[in-house]
Amino acid sequence: MLSGTGLVAGYRKGTPVLNGMDIEIPAGSVVGLAGPSGCGKSTLARVLSLLQQPWAGRVSVDGAVVTGFRHAAPREQRTAIGLVFQQPRQAVDPRFTLWRIIAEPLHALGRSEELSGRVAELAEHLGVSDELLSRRPHEVSDGQLQRACLARALAVRPRYLVCDEMTAMLDASTTAALVRVVDEQVRDAGTGVLAISHDERLLERWAHRVVRLCPAPVWEGDRRPFRGGPTPDEV
Amino acid sequence: MSETVNATVSTAISPRTEPLLELDRLSVRFLLGRRRGGGEVRAVTDASLALRPGRVLALVGESGCGKSVLASALLGLLPANAQVRGRALLHRDRTVESGGSVELLTAPESVLARRVRGRLVGLVPQSAGTHLTPVRTARAQLEETIRRLRPRADPASADELADWAGLRPEQLDHHPHELSGGMAQRVAMALALAGDPPVVLADEPTTGLDRPLVDRTVDQLGDIAGQGRAVLLITHDLAAARRVATDVAVMYASRIVEAGPTAEVFGEPWHPYTAGLLRALPEGGFEPIPGHPPSLTELEGLERKWGCVFCQRCPEMPGFAPCTGDPEPIDHGDRRVAAHPPC
Repeated sequence: MLSGTGLVAGYRKGTPVLNGMDIEIPAGSVVGLAGPSGCGKSTLARVLSLLQQPWAGRVSVDGAVVTGFRHAAPREQRTAIGLVFQQPRQAVDPRFTLWRIIAEPLHALGRSEELSGRVAELAEHLGVSDELLSRRPHEVSDGQLQRACLARALAVRPRYLVCDEMTAMLDASTTAALVRVVDEQVRDAGTGVLAISHDERLLERWAHRVVRLCPAPVWEGDRRPFRGGPTPDEV
Repeated sequence: MSETVNATVSTAISPRTEPLLELDRLSVRFLLGRRRGGGEVRAVTDASLALRPGRVLALVGESGCGKSVLASALLGLLPANAQVRGRALLHRDRTVESGGSVELLTAPESVLARRVRGRLVGLVPQSAGTHLTPVRTARAQLEETIRRLRPRADPASADELADWAGLRPEQLDHHPHELSGGMAQRVAMALALAGDPPVVLADEPTTGLDRPLVDRTVDQLGDIAGQGRAVLLITHDLAAARRVATDVAVMYASRIVEAGPTAEVFGEPWHPYTAGLLRALPEGGFEPIPGHPPSLTELEGLERKWGCVFCQRCPEMPGFAPCTGDPEPIDHGDRRVAAHPPC
């Protein structure tokens, strides 16, 4: 289980974006996180993937409390959590080929011996052709690049996957294809997934349980309607 | 909202009204340098469309199928290695006494800059936040745009335009980085309408917005069409298209494969690709279309071999007329479809 307890986090002193958030992502399940833009969904994604230190509260991975964030995160915990961002173009090095993008995590971990086999396997699984693997980000579409980003996130076989608006830039068919790949991970490898999206129809279809986030109090439960917080109009 | 923007109220929303913008076999190719094999990318092939006053035409399709290139071609914003063929006639040029036409693809840059962009054709860009000048307030940019496009406009019209777009006057005084995605989107909408253009192109205007903001943005596009403008909504969001578009054109691998009134096309798709897209929606079955769109550099050969490129990707879609192999869309009343005539 990947869990956050009493998480308080933000960017500007005195104005927390997350204010005492609790969340649990059990292995082998998809937890949906919904809410209007600006309510802290992405901040939660950053904290849970150990990219941002919370001001208060704690994150635990399979029962072990995380003691360091960002570069201070222990490798074992850092690699247990994969992250896919909303905008693939801003999430890759524009100088790398798609092959290198997918290979990067393995490369960084010094696991070069399994590199070529694993990249080929992932590329095939995600439907990235050999020809695409040799291209750079500006030569492929958003959908093709996001496939590579999901492959990269899965490269080191994370036990948890945080998908922060993974499909917001994508067309219906690519969305359905990527969600299917993630679902296979959940079923076959018991991966726990946090699926962040503002698309309620998508979460209804994809997630086993949906948490709705709105500024200040947080309700967790069985698809309770959004209440309180600023109206979407104000955000 | 300013008087001029309100002035053109149309009662005519019939599909038969005279078009404001007519595309006739518009094609765009990008020539690749020798370093990259010297081939060519077929981004748009023989696209014929008509934008009519009072109607919203949604151009939908997978990412990378050429939708955005089409909008850039109409505004003369393509890179130097692009080759454009066909015609794009913009009627009712109000800067000419008799109401002449402009051919957008051959118009020189001076005509595009002084008469077309912002004045006859407004653009609502993708990711509005990055489209704004970061070092100036939204107000400075909006007021300058109004001043340049309509020198005789009331100085207060920035506030009116912003109010129409859903911004409070004080929100205009922020710099782009202080605006949320939704607010930046409203500024972009106000900017696109600053010159009161009869034609509005919206290129993925809702990307990254949450559902209430998507609905709001596309409803605004519906409103501006209701004032007698012609709107082209380029989007991969079928729900947004269904909500606002009167007509829809489905693009696959550089070609328009099906077009017609939205309710009919989405209600009973004739082309298996349209059906595949609808079936991929969470509420439509969540089934991805098997295979992948072809690379736009290989279309020439694929089309010679297969005719209909979609059947090469996905030959077995039950319930559709057998493929004729002719990529050219054929008219059937109000609707057009390529390769798969209605059963």
